Amino acid sequence: MVKVNGKQEAFDGMTVRAMLDALQCQTDRVAVERNENIVPKAQYDTVILQEGDHIEVVSFVGGG
Amino acid sequence: MLTREEWYAALAERHGAELQKKFADASVAVCGLGGLGSNIAFALARAGVGHLSLFDFDCVDVSNLNRQQYFPDQLGMEKTAALSETLRRINPFLEITAQTVKLTPENIPVLLADCPFICEAFDRADQKAMLVNTVLEQLPLAFLVSGSGMAGLDSANSIRTRKISRRFYLCGDGTSDVAAGLGLISARVAVCAAHEANMILRLIAGHTEA
Repeated sequence: MVKVNGKQEAFDGMTVRAMLDALQCQTDRVAVERNENIVPKAQYDTVILQEGDHIEVVSFVGGG
Repeated sequence: MLTREEWYAALAERHGAELQKKFADASVAVCGLGGLGSNIAFALARAGVGHLSLFDFDCVDVSNLNRQQYFPDQLGMEKTAALSETLRRINPFLEITAQTVKLTPENIPVLLADCPFICEAFDRADQKAMLVNTVLEQLPLAFLVSGSGMAGLDSANSIRTRKISRRFYLCGDGTSDVAAGLGLISARVAVCAAHEANMILRLIAGHTEA
């Protein structure tokens, strides 16, 4: 299991992009932190989520 | 005429000399000078932050006046110039570096290279994400405070500051999207801006919790 924004999810083995698809997030509006480190956008297809990972997905909304 | 010594002494008396020295020695970048950025810059200038780097590519428009710190006689001016003018009225001794430029993944690592504290204050969601990703990927020493979710007229109490990771903080309610037809209203945008400015001042003071 992987903890995503504080919630346990069965996303182990998935790429970051697959996780974002499963969460229905738009990849151009997110920042993803994995165990307190930013996941570079260029690595969304290659970084594989591991058992015990702590993931924070920040989905930005407009307004300022 | 107010002297630098009088200004500094007045702030040191209210904030404490040690804290005021930290504010005066600090440099903060404000990226985007709209409802968030103009209000953030006001708060930082009034607290006596010594140096502000201001970035925006836009000009003052009548549609900005409901929530942004500009005035009718500034319509059509570049926001960098208009805000610099007003900030110098608040603090004549404030050092300002203002650049009328669109921040991009290419120029951010150069333009923000020397900024220890960075405020994201854009309006578009994709631009917010672009700045946050670029700063976190390429500027490993900077602290970053961002704002997301302040549209509409929900309770001000739903706007809060969260620490996402060691050097990334997020202010806002996280969900109120201007794209959902919610307008941006002065007080609630200013609440979010004040959260961002307060987190920056806390970081300058050495407090790293949200």
